[in-house]
Amino acid sequence: MSPRRTAATLAAAVLTASTLASCAESQRDDSSGGGGDDGTFVFGAAGAPEMFDPFYATDGETFRVTRQMFQGLVGIEPGTAEVVPELATEWTPNDDGTEWTFELRDDVTFHDGTDFNAEAVCANFERMFDQNEAGQTAGEYWGYVMGSFKNDAANSLYQGCEATDEFEATISISGPTSGFPTMLSLASLAMQSPTAMEEGDANGIQAEGEGFSFPDYADNPVGTGPFTFGDYDEANGTITLERNDDYWGDPAQVSELVFRVIPDESTRRQELEAGSINGYDLPNPVDWAGLEDEGNSVEIRDAFNILYLGLNPEANPQLKDLKVRQALYHALNREQLVQTQLPEGATEATQFMPDTVSGYNTDLQPYAYDPEEAKRLLAEAGAEGMELTFAYPTEVSRPYMPDPQKIYEALRTDLEAVGIKVNVKTASWNGGYLDNVTAGRYDAYILGWTGDYDSPFNFVGTFFGNLKENDFGTKAYPWGQQLSEDLKSADAIVDDEQRAAAFEEINGQIMEDYLPGLPISHSPPALVVGPGVDGVVPSPLTAEEFASVSVEGGQ
Amino acid sequence: MVRFVVRRLLQMVLVVVVLSMLVFAWLRSLPGGPVSAILGERQTEERRAALEAALGLDQPLPVQYLKFLERAVQGNFGVSTKVLPGEDALQIFLDRLPATVELSALALLIAVALGIPLGYVAARRRGSPADTSAVIFSLVGVAVPVFFTAFLLKYFFAVEWNLLPVSGRQSTGLDATRVTGMFVLDGILTREWDAAWDALKHLILPAVALSTIPFAVIFRITRASVLDVLDEDYVRTAEAKGLTTRVIRARHVLRNAMLPVVTTIGLQVGGLLAGAVLTETVFSYQGVGAALATAFRDKDYAVLQVLILAAAVIYVLVNLLVDIAYAVIDPRIRTR
Repeated sequence: MSPRRTAATLAAAVLTASTLASCAESQRDDSSGGGGDDGTFVFGAAGAPEMFDPFYATDGETFRVTRQMFQGLVGIEPGTAEVVPELATEWTPNDDGTEWTFELRDDVTFHDGTDFNAEAVCANFERMFDQNEAGQTAGEYWGYVMGSFKNDAANSLYQGCEATDEFEATISISGPTSGFPTMLSLASLAMQSPTAMEEGDANGIQAEGEGFSFPDYADNPVGTGPFTFGDYDEANGTITLERNDDYWGDPAQVSELVFRVIPDESTRRQELEAGSINGYDLPNPVDWAGLEDEGNSVEIRDAFNILYLGLNPEANPQLKDLKVRQALYHALNREQLVQTQLPEGATEATQFMPDTVSGYNTDLQPYAYDPEEAKRLLAEAGAEGMELTFAYPTEVSRPYMPDPQKIYEALRTDLEAVGIKVNVKTASWNGGYLDNVTAGRYDAYILGWTGDYDSPFNFVGTFFGNLKENDFGTKAYPWGQQLSEDLKSADAIVDDEQRAAAFEEINGQIMEDYLPGLPISHSPPALVVGPGVDGVVPSPLTAEEFASVSVEGGQ
Repeated sequence: MVRFVVRRLLQMVLVVVVLSMLVFAWLRSLPGGPVSAILGERQTEERRAALEAALGLDQPLPVQYLKFLERAVQGNFGVSTKVLPGEDALQIFLDRLPATVELSALALLIAVALGIPLGYVAARRRGSPADTSAVIFSLVGVAVPVFFTAFLLKYFFAVEWNLLPVSGRQSTGLDATRVTGMFVLDGILTREWDAAWDALKHLILPAVALSTIPFAVIFRITRASVLDVLDEDYVRTAEAKGLTTRVIRARHVLRNAMLPVVTTIGLQVGGLLAGAVLTETVFSYQGVGAALATAFRDKDYAVLQVLILAAAVIYVLVNLLVDIAYAVIDPRIRTR
């Protein structure tokens, strides 16, 4: 074909495209089983799921998908962080909180027809507990909440599971903790079909040069949830789930749930504007108003996170002086930061956890913005004109810090205003930033945390519980060990009210006597859905269940 | 000719081995790594060390490399940690390749189909308003970043006028048979015309966005090259001999002007892969470029190694093809 003819053909093609564009509606493939066609809900995801076995998964994009197919013994009340019955109807501890008896639903089957019962529950726990070496590293969440696996059973929180009746399972743990049984709401610890796990060799994970290879089961998940796995079309970046018509609860409103992988945030917005997706997660806060104006609903979640300015006394010994840390805190104009750099609904933090978590101390007031007091304290500590290596991460956006650089600039300006000499350091999130924070290479850095479940220890325990190793270098302080021990003893109190009171007291101490870091703010992340979409309940834990979502007139 | 090709292929093997060493060392010298990407905020020294040991990243670099080489010889280039965890890295490349080939081919087709004729016409009418505006247009094409071009294309063609899809490779819910992984071709092969048409519609915007730079380069090289040839004595001789304009254009001007253009087209293939990284990302187009972007962000070593080495192999092969094309166009090269 000569160049000229090619050009002509191309021009013709473009012309045809524009004239025929009116028939842009694609044909729907009605392969949804049984329950008729109630439309499709298409959700734009920022990243692809890692796999479909939630046990080995580590990231939110994977859990977003698996949550629709899998359920835990305990669930989360939509719209809150509260634990509610899911596959278990009730649970009761023994006197010292080391044995928990779960009464199970008796009307549940897995997607493959396997019965859900106490034996299935114990099979799941034993499967999670009994991991080979690779599995112990890959099973991040189990390691994180349970401490260890079967080969190191003495140090594991989980001690065993017994099917005491067909629909009654008793789980033993090594000692009481605020996290149990709340932690069973983690997407990672969901119940999976023992039959399918055995057939797909679920634990057959292997370390293989620079990565792990996963067994077949990881691509063929079988749970009890309102959606079943359809397929993952990797070439087109779409994950399709089908309505489970045999679901034990209220069946899903839509017959098909599709996740489309759209990494670029502005493209997600354009897809929503073009009507080709029905919603997406984490719209940029600067777009919220515009999206609402276009007739979309921006669903704002309660903030279940914390942004803090971390300090490391091992990197800069001047930070060992409480007066210096207080000075830094008084120097920060957090009210202005919250109003100018953070989404609507963000609040100043008064402690290292949001107010939705039990153990939150309501008596604490935000540290006042008082540059004069900051200068006075610095002078008293003999640290006027001190130097501070202050770092922020690039190429990342987290729910608690939509734009790290802008937050950093605001904080830096405040610190410089009281005479502190700030040395800027940056690195990309996976390109050294986290490594440097962990290794204690920055005097000061911004970081944060989104809670996994409703437990005070999941916040303050994560930050300061492990004395040997934490990002705040608390082992350099005379009170570091005391704080770590206090947190562990508070966490082991069986009675909810007493435990909450103990954590309230610790939160007070952290802010008034210790101040290992400076809590900055809590930001409410949002998700957005287009016109005609109903029933989205925003979850503080970003654990939205899409079974309740309906789409007007289908897609 | 055969000896020449064989020699070049052997050279390629050497290049790939040396490059693999460099890439291997370079990736591991970058700060951060796959462990941060996996652990995120949960990273502690202890967990990081455990994960690094499990992934073999705690071994000395030469040991790691030898292990890599040992596996690579058996065709095993490691598994992905983040792009598609557990999946064979080479398989990821092979699965993603058809999408990028399809996109790049169309982009190159657009660039060539517009660049060569326009370059020729601009040269014939040097200094005319048409020439000036074409030159300015090509300059803009090079200067404007791809993501901005892409944003504008999506905004007008997809959002405002609703003519074409915003992103992706296929409409949600369309059930199409896959053969080669090139969706347009698959639709034609299986005679699923609606699927072919749907895939083509998804291809147009990313291909146009990706073609802007190669178009501009091909246009300017063609124009310059044709200008050079038009001043040559043999063209004047041909005109004096009274040959028809058509013959002169085809046999004398275009044929001689094409040599540098062919080289340029070959060089553009490398550029297309670089352009595909951004283009595929903003068009949610699941090709090699998008995988490369994700792999780099999440420091997925195995996938990065495979993609970079594969790009090198493709680059060397394309250069080889260009040299062969040279020999076809210019008989003098063959006799050397």
